[in-house]
Amino acid sequence: MKTIREAKKWKGKPDASGHFGIFGGRFVPETLMEALNELTRAYQSLRKDKRFQKELEYLLATYAGRPTSLYEAQNMGRALGRDLRIFFKREDLCHTGAHKINNTIGQGLLARYLGKKRIIAETGAGQHGVAAATTARLFNLSCDVYMGAQDIERQALNVYKMNLLGARVIPVYSGSQTLKDATNEAIRDWVTNVETTHYLLGSVVGPHPYPMIVRDFQSVIGRETKVQMKKMVHALPDVMIACVGGGSNAIGFFYPFLDTRAKLIGVEASGKGLKTRQHAASLTKGTIGVLHGMKSFVLQDRNGQVELAHSISAGLDYPSVGPEHAFLKEAGRIRYETASDRDALLGFHALTLLEGIMPALEPAHAIGYLIRKYKSFPRGAKIAVCLSGRGDKDLDTVRRYQKTKR
Amino acid sequence: MNNRLIQKIREQERSQSKLFCAYLTLGYPNLSTTETLISAFEQAGVDIVELGFPFSDPLADGPTIQFASAQAIRRGVGIRDAFHLIRKLRRKGVSIPILFFSYLNPIMHYGVSRAVRQLHQSGFDGLIVPDLPPEEGRMWESWFKRSDLSIVYLVAPTTRQDRIKEIARHSNGFIYYVSLKGVTGARSSIPTDLVKKIKAVKQLTRKRVLVGFGVSRPDQVKTITRVADGIIVGSAIVERLKGGRKGIRSAISLVAQLSKAAKRAQ
Repeated sequence: MKTIREAKKWKGKPDASGHFGIFGGRFVPETLMEALNELTRAYQSLRKDKRFQKELEYLLATYAGRPTSLYEAQNMGRALGRDLRIFFKREDLCHTGAHKINNTIGQGLLARYLGKKRIIAETGAGQHGVAAATTARLFNLSCDVYMGAQDIERQALNVYKMNLLGARVIPVYSGSQTLKDATNEAIRDWVTNVETTHYLLGSVVGPHPYPMIVRDFQSVIGRETKVQMKKMVHALPDVMIACVGGGSNAIGFFYPFLDTRAKLIGVEASGKGLKTRQHAASLTKGTIGVLHGMKSFVLQDRNGQVELAHSISAGLDYPSVGPEHAFLKEAGRIRYETASDRDALLGFHALTLLEGIMPALEPAHAIGYLIRKYKSFPRGAKIAVCLSGRGDKDLDTVRRYQKTKR
Repeated sequence: MNNRLIQKIREQERSQSKLFCAYLTLGYPNLSTTETLISAFEQAGVDIVELGFPFSDPLADGPTIQFASAQAIRRGVGIRDAFHLIRKLRRKGVSIPILFFSYLNPIMHYGVSRAVRQLHQSGFDGLIVPDLPPEEGRMWESWFKRSDLSIVYLVAPTTRQDRIKEIARHSNGFIYYVSLKGVTGARSSIPTDLVKKIKAVKQLTRKRVLVGFGVSRPDQVKTITRVADGIIVGSAIVERLKGGRKGIRSAISLVAQLSKAAKRAQ
């Protein structure tokens, strides 16, 4: 068992300069350094500000629909056998359909305190974009969302939603025309409009203080889970599983449990297979590098050029990962495994048929992993899975895949 | 010490003439053109060459350099090509100071210590890493020094006074002053408060201040070099290279023209 001192080592990061061990930090053009300092100072004072926290709590409760429920999936438990008890943290029940809103409301409030009238965001599948556009309405901010031209085509419904919400969706034609390039373009916009604009980053990635801020706003997931588990079964989970792209739902789910005995498993997307180049498993197959202002694991070629990630779920389709995950992997606190496109579809259909819940393809990776590996968990284990979003947005993908299978 | 950049700066301090620094993307449109251009630039009155290593995610760059980088990457340009090219040019007697411009990731991927050693051995005089602020660069500064490479840090219009002093203290050779809030790329006008801002920076440090981002025309060069110690031009040159063989001639003539404008400013 780990000692208390070790547990303390895991929490309380990042250090004052924004590092999680050797990871994290701030690798950005000088123009942004002042804005990052300003954001850090504002956040440090607001995180202790009772009025700010009260307001955040109020909005999460009345607007986002928190607390989300914890559901025991008894049918799935029985189907797998071994007396496993499986609990789903229902982030899919949040307003806008995923955990993303926890962060956008928090940062929206921050933007208001900073006096910024405009927010910008990057988005891949469009989930964070929709959450950001929604939050912009709530706080009456103008909102521009950068989205890869390819993603715009693939996610037409979310683009339409953002338009209805009054946000401008700006197509990005540079590079691979996906999330990675949308993030570059959002940062370039921020460099240009840094004094009037808040960059509402959607995951626990980017330069300090973003990985810390987004983690803190997402930690509500884990805090609620802790209370709910104690209430339902008078015990904490033995195993916790969450999918990892950038890693915001996973860190939010795990963070309050770092100092417990729970075994924590992050599931990355292995796409079409780890032996192909079409995967998004940055922690499993990446090497240390610097992307989007942070030091972390990056998928890159022999010349240090960042490679394209692939996953059936656009939300995991990112060639790097939050620096705190990199740190917790190296520290040995979280284990990172992978699930393929196929595993994800298996997870999707299993939860749909067994429980009548359609998961997004991102958490479907966590479910697929659980189903594939259920024998490796001790008999009677209590397993908590973060169901980070609902599946509506992915139905086209699922249908297309079924068609090609036939 | 045989760092050509430091020598160049010393000469400049004596003569008070202005410095003209030209940027090129390595391997755009191809490696042999880059080689030709560096030699030609030396003849055309360029004082410093900034050789940009292409990166897949160039955060600080606008469309022109993004495009050039993507083209060079498609040709498979690697960091060793930079070493080979400069070694070859040095053997041919090219003595102009050459700085290695690169985002951090390709350097880190190659290994910072190995990269630094080989940059020095092949004849580079310093580096500019746009996503490496001094806070993060500090741990490597002794390595740069040991290999006699100048690390040139950037100062932006948003940088506060106390921080400008700190950056100036860590920057070798000169300070790269970013003229505007935004990415690289030619602009039709320079910010109205630029001259005032440069003066303010000059008052905080005795280091040389070279100004880059958005500069493309002789009149802009003249205005800026009236107060700054020199000028850095990139996108405007790279843009001309799009035009094939004609483009190469046109890039050289632009460089000659801008360099003349810089020298005439006083």
